[in-house]
Amino acid sequence: MSADQTGVIHDIGYRHYTGPRLGRGAIVRALFVQSLRGAYGLGRSAKSKVMPILLLVIMCVPALVIAAVVNGFKLTAQPVPYTRYAVVLLAVVAIFVAAQSPQMVSRDLRFRLTSLYFSRPLGRLDYVLAKYAAMVCALLLLLVSPLVILYGGGLLARLPAGAETRHFLLGAVGAVFFAVVLAAVGLLIAAFTPRRGLGVAAVIAVLLVTYSGVSVVQGIAQDQGQDTVAAYAGLFSPFTLVDGVQVWLLNARPSSPVGPPGTTGGLVFLATTLALLAGSFGLLVLRYRKVSIS
Amino acid sequence: MITAQALTKRFPRVTALDSLTVEVPPGVVGLVGANGAGKSTLIKILLGLLPPTSGTASVLGLDVVTEGDRIREQVGYMPEHDVLPPDVSATELIVQLGRLSGLPKTAARERTADTLRHVGLYEERYRPIGGYSTGMKQRVKLAQALVHDPQLVFLDEPTNGLDPAGRIDMLGLIRRIGTEFGISVLVTSHLLGELEQISDHIVVIDGGRLLHSSSTAAVTGTRERLLVEVTERPEALVAALVGAGVTATLSGRMIEVEIGDGVAYDLVRDRVADLGVGLVRIEQRRHRIAEIFRAVPSEATVAADVG
Repeated sequence: MSADQTGVIHDIGYRHYTGPRLGRGAIVRALFVQSLRGAYGLGRSAKSKVMPILLLVIMCVPALVIAAVVNGFKLTAQPVPYTRYAVVLLAVVAIFVAAQSPQMVSRDLRFRLTSLYFSRPLGRLDYVLAKYAAMVCALLLLLVSPLVILYGGGLLARLPAGAETRHFLLGAVGAVFFAVVLAAVGLLIAAFTPRRGLGVAAVIAVLLVTYSGVSVVQGIAQDQGQDTVAAYAGLFSPFTLVDGVQVWLLNARPSSPVGPPGTTGGLVFLATTLALLAGSFGLLVLRYRKVSIS
Repeated sequence: MITAQALTKRFPRVTALDSLTVEVPPGVVGLVGANGAGKSTLIKILLGLLPPTSGTASVLGLDVVTEGDRIREQVGYMPEHDVLPPDVSATELIVQLGRLSGLPKTAARERTADTLRHVGLYEERYRPIGGYSTGMKQRVKLAQALVHDPQLVFLDEPTNGLDPAGRIDMLGLIRRIGTEFGISVLVTSHLLGELEQISDHIVVIDGGRLLHSSSTAAVTGTRERLLVEVTERPEALVAALVGAGVTATLSGRMIEVEIGDGVAYDLVRDRVADLGVGLVRIEQRRHRIAEIFRAVPSEATVAADVG
């Protein structure tokens, strides 16, 4: 049996590779594409496609319904502003981040695939960059797809095209804000929790529990007439934080009871967001500097 | 191929490599040592992934500290532990890893198919790795180290966890990598016996120090001896052989004779006839590398003095 196999191999012979070998940029790009595909289960088992595709569908169904309503009832404006869509469906977005961040990074750590990565011409920083970019793009696909449906519905219903386009683009920029922040937070938590279940739970806790907490605090503060407290409470959950930034920068309608107060408030929200981004990314890089190969 | 000069790696609680100086030639080289001898640490340093505490090392003429990236472009690494995700097929995984070694898309696909065939994975390469046997997983690990056609591969305990038949297959495969594929191999094991079958050169380390480094032929070849047994007066035969200028020693009832350039055969025959004693047997005795370990204490001292 094994003698036969050896015979077969003898006949074919080993051929050396003489073609081109690509540099660092191409290698990082390859990891980025693999990771982005992986976020939607492409190239993996059928089972790993179910969750992300299902979430993408759930994310788009309300947009389809809204587009149908706008056309059916001849509405003169979008019932849900583009910039609010992510917050309205934040549970779906949070579940996506919770399910796919561990898929993106914990899997490599748990199965020690990082040993095979880092023994190749791929640096730790390259790895973090590729994974982060892939997660941001995976989230953008999730966040912008429904906006495209809304936009299509709006144009079909002959809403003023100029204003519609402007609102759609602002919504897309808002989606970028959400994507960069949620990707950083999700990957950071997942990178510290190699066990997949734990990672999912931790991301859900950070995204949804903080949002609920902030909402409760905001509700009570507003009841007590403490609008400033209500506004700054938004700093303490990723969703309300990013929402505050887009309220200030993009003039979006706040999803919280109150948006950040004035320029100072806006700057505080922006600075907090940038600090969160820098901190998460920095910790991620530190985390991977410590990953040894087995 | 690989050189290390006074290479030392100290961790907070242990010294993994202690002033190791060694020169490794191309070909199949066995790196032997007990668990914890420093084999894996040495490989990580040679891959440029772990900075040495002191000393220098180079691989393919590239410095491990400053040119790690370029080393990793040209070498392959098969880790000791299980490193495979269960939810992808061997083909999918190896294509991805090939691309991370810098292969363009089509080349990565072709090389993956070739490499998996060379390591002996056929139909099963399209199934998820989770369902593979240990032997098949080891082959996948080997394939990912070869997919980019490196000049040198580091194989860390490739026979770990394999049954005897699996070991033989794996060792045969490693030998073929060195001979047919023309890729140099540094392969580690704590079992000297299995490496001496397939290696051109053996390096033995213990406690982070060099115990021994020489070509397998030098060890098993030049020390070739004859074992001679005679019916009576063995001491007289020894004296006659020594008188004829051959190294011969008496151990028990047996006489050990160094073969030298081959004259020993005739000499033994003639002297036995001269003495008129009965010749019971005359046989070749190949030294096995395991006997290196008999000389361990003295050679360890020598290595330490040199370092």
